[in-house]
Amino acid sequence: MFSVMGGTMKAPDFDYLRPATLDAAIALLASSDGDAMPLAGGQSLMPMMNFRVASPSALIDLADLAELRGISRDGSSIRIGAMTRYAELAASAEVMAALPLFGMALPHIAHDAIRNRGTLGGTIALGDPAAEMPALALALGAKIELAGPDGTRVIDADEFYLGYYETARAPDELIVAIHYPVALSDHRFGFHELTQRHGDYALAGAVVARTAQGHRVAFFGVADRPLRLPALEQALNTNPDVQSALHHLSAIAFTGDVKASAATRQRLAAVALTRALQGMTQ
Amino acid sequence: MTRTVAIDLTVNGERITASVPSRLNLVDFLRNDLGLTGSHVGCEHGVCGACTLTVDGVAVRGCLMLAAQANGCTVTTVEGLSDQGLSTALQAAFTKRNALQCGFCTPGMLASALAYVNAGGTDDRDAIRAHISGNYCRCTGYQAVVEAICDTIKEART
Repeated sequence: MFSVMGGTMKAPDFDYLRPATLDAAIALLASSDGDAMPLAGGQSLMPMMNFRVASPSALIDLADLAELRGISRDGSSIRIGAMTRYAELAASAEVMAALPLFGMALPHIAHDAIRNRGTLGGTIALGDPAAEMPALALALGAKIELAGPDGTRVIDADEFYLGYYETARAPDELIVAIHYPVALSDHRFGFHELTQRHGDYALAGAVVARTAQGHRVAFFGVADRPLRLPALEQALNTNPDVQSALHHLSAIAFTGDVKASAATRQRLAAVALTRALQGMTQ
Repeated sequence: MTRTVAIDLTVNGERITASVPSRLNLVDFLRNDLGLTGSHVGCEHGVCGACTLTVDGVAVRGCLMLAAQANGCTVTTVEGLSDQGLSTALQAAFTKRNALQCGFCTPGMLASALAYVNAGGTDDRDAIRAHISGNYCRCTGYQAVVEAICDTIKEART
C-alpha cells in the first residue's frame, strides 16, 4: 500500500477521545480545525499512522456510537450502519441475500483478522483507490448518509470520490450509514480482482452490476480513485461481447508504480473485466 | 490529558488495569508492560500476521489495535491458549508435524488456525491456505502447517 519504509514504525502522539454519541463525536471533529480524524476499525488508519503518512492531533474513536450500527431493510433499499465490521457483513444473511456482490467481494478483503475489525464506513470514507467496497458502492449506485454540524445529508457514491484518498466528506462530517438498492431477481453481478497474493490490495479489479437499466461497471486499483466508465457501460449494453468494449479502458489514467506499470494495469483491468463478466451470477 | 488513557481489561483470564499512552498499540502493551512476549511484532502494519491474537473471541492484529481500544475487552495471547477449545490439540499437531522452524510466526499462526478450527472450518486444504494467507511463515513453506490444521480437524471429528 505505502512505500514509505525505514525509520520508526510507531504512530505519532495523539489525543484519544471516545465520545458516547454521534453529536458529541461531530462536535469534537468540528472543534479540531480538521486536525482530528475519526477512528473506525483502524485497519488502514493504524498502518498509515505507523508509517506516519497520517498524523492526526486526535483520534475520535467511533466504537461507542450506537447511531453508526445496525442493518435494516426498507423495501427496495438496505441501510448498513457505518461501523458494521466486514465479519458482521459476511455473517448477515440479510446482507448476503440483498447484496450478492458483498459475498463475492468480502473474501478478497485482506484476511480474517483484518475483517474482524475493519468497517464498511471506514473503507468507504478512506477512499483507498485499490479497496473493494468503494467500487461496489459505485457499481451498485449506493448512497452515502453523512452527519455533520448542520444535520445530515445523503450523497450518491458517484459524487463521493474526488481524487487520491479524497472524498466529498467534510472533515467535520461522519458517515452514518450506506444505503444500497436491494438486488432483484433479474439482476446479475460479477466481481474479479487480480492481486499478487490472496488478500493483498488489487492491482486491478472490476465490479459489474447488470439490471434492466443496463450495466454499471466500476474499476478499482487502476487509478487515483475508484471509477466508472459510462462509455464502456453503454458499449456493453449495446454489444455484450467484452472485446468490443475494451478500447474504452484507454480513457482511464492508469496508475504506474513499483508493482505494475500503467500498461500492465490496463491489461489487468481488461482481464478483470472479462473474468467478472464470465463469472456473472446466474 | 487524553494522551494517557486508563484501561481495564482481561488478559489470559486475569483482570488488568493500567494507564497507557494513547499511541501504544495492544501488542506492545502486552509485550512491554505485561511481559507477555509470546505475541511477536513483525511488520507493524497488519501484513505479516505475527502479532495475531484473540480479542473477545475473534482473531485480530495486535499491531492494528490500540491498547486504549481494548478497554473492556477480553484478550487471549499464546500464553493463555490452554483453555481455548481445540488449542491443546492444535499445539500438539504443530509439534507432531514440525509445523514450525524458527517459531517467529507460530503464536500468530496458532491464533489464526484456532479461529478457523473453532469456527468449524473444514479440512479443505485450499480453504485452510486461504485462511492462513494472512500469516507469513518464512521457514516451513506452509505445508506442515496445513497438515497440522488438517490433523486437528480430522481428530476432532473422530
